[in-house]
Amino acid sequence: MTFLHWAILFPFLFAFMVPFLYKTFRKIHTGWFVLPLPICLFIFFLQFLPGVKYKEGIVQTVKWIPSLGIDFAVYVDGLSLLFALLITGIGSLVVLYSIYYLSKEKEQLNAFYVYLLMFMGAMLGVVLTDNTIVLYTFWEITSFSSFLLIGYWHYRERSRYGALKSMLITVFGGLSMLGGFILLYIMTGTFSIRETIAQSSSIADNGLFIPALILLLLGAFTKSAQFPFYIWLPDAMEAPTPVSAYLHSATMVKAGIYLVARFTPVFAGSAEWFWIVSLFGIFTLFWGSFHAVKQTDLKAMLAFSTVSQLGMIMSLLGVGSAALLFDHFEFYSVAILAAIFHLINHATFKGSLFMVAGIVDHETGTRDIRKLGGLMSLMPITFTIGLIGAFSMAGLPPFNGFLSKEMFFTGMIRVLNMDVFQTETWGFLLPVLAWIGSIFTFIYSMMFVFKTFSGKLQLENLPKKPHEAPIGMLIPPIVLASLVVIFGFFPNLLAYSLIEPAMKSVMPSLLKDGEHFHIHISHWHGFTAEFWMTVGVVILGIFLYLTASKWKRVYDLQPKRMTLNQLYDHSLKTAGKTSNRLTSFYMTGFIRDYLVYIFAFMIMAVGATMIIKQSISFAADDAAPVGIYELILSIVMIAGSITAVLARSRLTAIIALSSVGYSLALFFVLFRAPDLALTQLVIETVSTALFLLAFYFLPELQKKDKTRRFRLVNFIISAGVGGIVTLLAISASSERTGKTIAEYFLETSYSLGGGYNVVNVILVDFRGFDTLFEITVLAIAALAVYSMIRLRTGGKDVEENGFKNE
Amino acid sequence: MKKTGLKTNDLILQTITKIVLFIVIIFSFHLFFAGHNAPGGGFIGGLITSGAIVLLLIAFDVKTVKSILPINYVKVAAFGLLIAILSGIGSFLFGVPFLSHTHGHVHIPLLGDTHLATAVIFDLGVYFVVVGVTMTIIQTIGETE
Repeated sequence: MTFLHWAILFPFLFAFMVPFLYKTFRKIHTGWFVLPLPICLFIFFLQFLPGVKYKEGIVQTVKWIPSLGIDFAVYVDGLSLLFALLITGIGSLVVLYSIYYLSKEKEQLNAFYVYLLMFMGAMLGVVLTDNTIVLYTFWEITSFSSFLLIGYWHYRERSRYGALKSMLITVFGGLSMLGGFILLYIMTGTFSIRETIAQSSSIADNGLFIPALILLLLGAFTKSAQFPFYIWLPDAMEAPTPVSAYLHSATMVKAGIYLVARFTPVFAGSAEWFWIVSLFGIFTLFWGSFHAVKQTDLKAMLAFSTVSQLGMIMSLLGVGSAALLFDHFEFYSVAILAAIFHLINHATFKGSLFMVAGIVDHETGTRDIRKLGGLMSLMPITFTIGLIGAFSMAGLPPFNGFLSKEMFFTGMIRVLNMDVFQTETWGFLLPVLAWIGSIFTFIYSMMFVFKTFSGKLQLENLPKKPHEAPIGMLIPPIVLASLVVIFGFFPNLLAYSLIEPAMKSVMPSLLKDGEHFHIHISHWHGFTAEFWMTVGVVILGIFLYLTASKWKRVYDLQPKRMTLNQLYDHSLKTAGKTSNRLTSFYMTGFIRDYLVYIFAFMIMAVGATMIIKQSISFAADDAAPVGIYELILSIVMIAGSITAVLARSRLTAIIALSSVGYSLALFFVLFRAPDLALTQLVIETVSTALFLLAFYFLPELQKKDKTRRFRLVNFIISAGVGGIVTLLAISASSERTGKTIAEYFLETSYSLGGGYNVVNVILVDFRGFDTLFEITVLAIAALAVYSMIRLRTGGKDVEENGFKNE
Repeated sequence: MKKTGLKTNDLILQTITKIVLFIVIIFSFHLFFAGHNAPGGGFIGGLITSGAIVLLLIAFDVKTVKSILPINYVKVAAFGLLIAILSGIGSFLFGVPFLSHTHGHVHIPLLGDTHLATAVIFDLGVYFVVVGVTMTIIQTIGETE
């Protein structure tokens, strides 16, 4: 265990301490104890920056389940370091923010920080591990802790709904991903991601390659809220705002992005990967931004915005994967660069925007933009942060969003230059959808900031009297907003320390030793197509924003019944109903029906086997001659059986049955089995007596003698069972091979067992073990009868029977 | 067993029972001991012994029989099981597998040279279990109304 392993496990260990700290120090907000942990981890991870810049990643392995090849391997390269810094950095800010956001009197803080720390540890585990199974383990812990955090206010119905929905969808994806990992393991024989990448060229032709790809992408798309799995994200907004800011904008939803980026070296170069990732991404971008505009709730708007931005990063990763196929890869790998840069930018501005939404909610009591307005003068700092964040999100200069948006357009336009995977026919979709999506992004960004902060103040609609937030709540968004500005003005600050190593780990095969990607991010690169696209976005965006009230009716065109949420709710309900109906269809509660199933299955299984194996045979060579006594006894038995079945009264049936039993005893005599005959006689007598007893105690109402009704199904089934068993017995005896061991018993009965009665010697000596358990069965039956009858009588004759008061 | 208002006198039945009972019991012992070499054994012996007791139950009633034979048949069954298991465990003392039996000729003072088999001990367990089980069932059902 190195310190790197402990860094992942520290949050979990600290989570154990939180409840004690909470109970002991009730006066101090528990968040203050938690705060140092992510800060220390952040500083710890900063130390790796120079390392990843020059060297290969750092690997450290601890054995977990060595026999299965599952190790707790930690691997730090550019990509995982970028994510680790995001997780710990934004984690620190969110913890600080939550200290002011959540009241220490009213909220269950211990639970909150336990869940949050669990999440943080799990997320670090996801991005830092090199073993797919370990990755999956941490992945599910993130789903699980996210479920707990969304349902934090569990007394609200909407919270529970949102938590369940996100759980179902992300766990569905997680399990698919596990399937993908297993397929990868089958192809490569290793769970290590780096070794899988090393073998990537040899698996591309494997038949399991495409299934693995699709399963893996299912995991990534559900977690990163891509179309059509994005529906859980808007409902996850029922979580406390720090959670939304942390999980649902900066970290967890990027786990899918991480997965796609991490496995790009394995799958990139195949047309399926390129098209699925880019098309789903770009459509999610369009769909998310289109729907964000119609939201009236600030957080819902941000949720759809997150969906759309994640789609943008996803599509960039998809497009960038094509760079592998070209010699002049620098021209096409700009998409990957844009993806990584936008990943950082999105985390900064979306985190700050969520915090702004939280502040507005906290200080005014509502998040509904129809009620908000004119807060600019009352909350100037919040307004400034919101403005910076929203402008960055819209892609306006001089903020960092502008830079990543320009590069996004660049990447998408360069698709048109590619001539792989039929990009010449459908490739134009990418820049077009990107451009339309950006226009809507611009509109909702403006709506977010101006509907909230400008316009008329409606004091009478606000549940609380608005005022500026406390400074502690403002610090985290200020930090994030200043990062937005800093990255905007000095975009090359991170270029070679973080972005370039991350690019290198997304596309390790492109570079030879010692080579570097050339990264230059600049505000101005002439009157290019990207520039005109941005101008178009701004002009059209402003126009549409101002005329929003006129064209908003477009959203009513989509019928309410056709939404994906409806589909989800409906399919969940239908699944429940259908399985209910299915179960109650065959689980009737009547033993009669179950017996029909059992016997029908037996007939079919045995019959089919015998027919398929062609094992029905009849050989009469070994048959013994039939004597007159056997014939008579058989007739008696058949007559007894028929009488028992057709008898009108139960008494007749019982007598007929015992006549069969006594004939059987006579058969034993005939076939020279005296022990069996003796036993059969006595047992038949006893069971007949018990039958009579049971018959005697039948309730008066049911005692009416009547013939059983004839049921065709029962007849067929019983005839089938009889036929099958007869066939089986005849075939088995005519197919007999080999000798029986009877000879051995006959020879050694006296010498080994000391008796001439072979049956008894077998029972008590050769096979005494069976007898031991048969008498145990008898004893159990006796105890069962005893306790059943005694318990039924409620023990009221305890005094009389003297059994218990001995 | 069934209570009726009329008091009946089962003199003949009871007298014959008193005689037949011993014959039946002796027959059952015979079956038990003969079991190793002739038809019979613990199972059938036990059944016939309980048949004798059932005869007693029919001739008299449950209470009377209980005062004559104050036996807890559940314990009889348990005792039988214990004997059977112990006879199996006993083979461990000689370092042989569970339930290994042996036999041999032993000289007993009164009976002279006798052929004995340890399997009989196991059979005795079977005998007690069968008696205990059948009597428990019959007595329990007989006592309920």
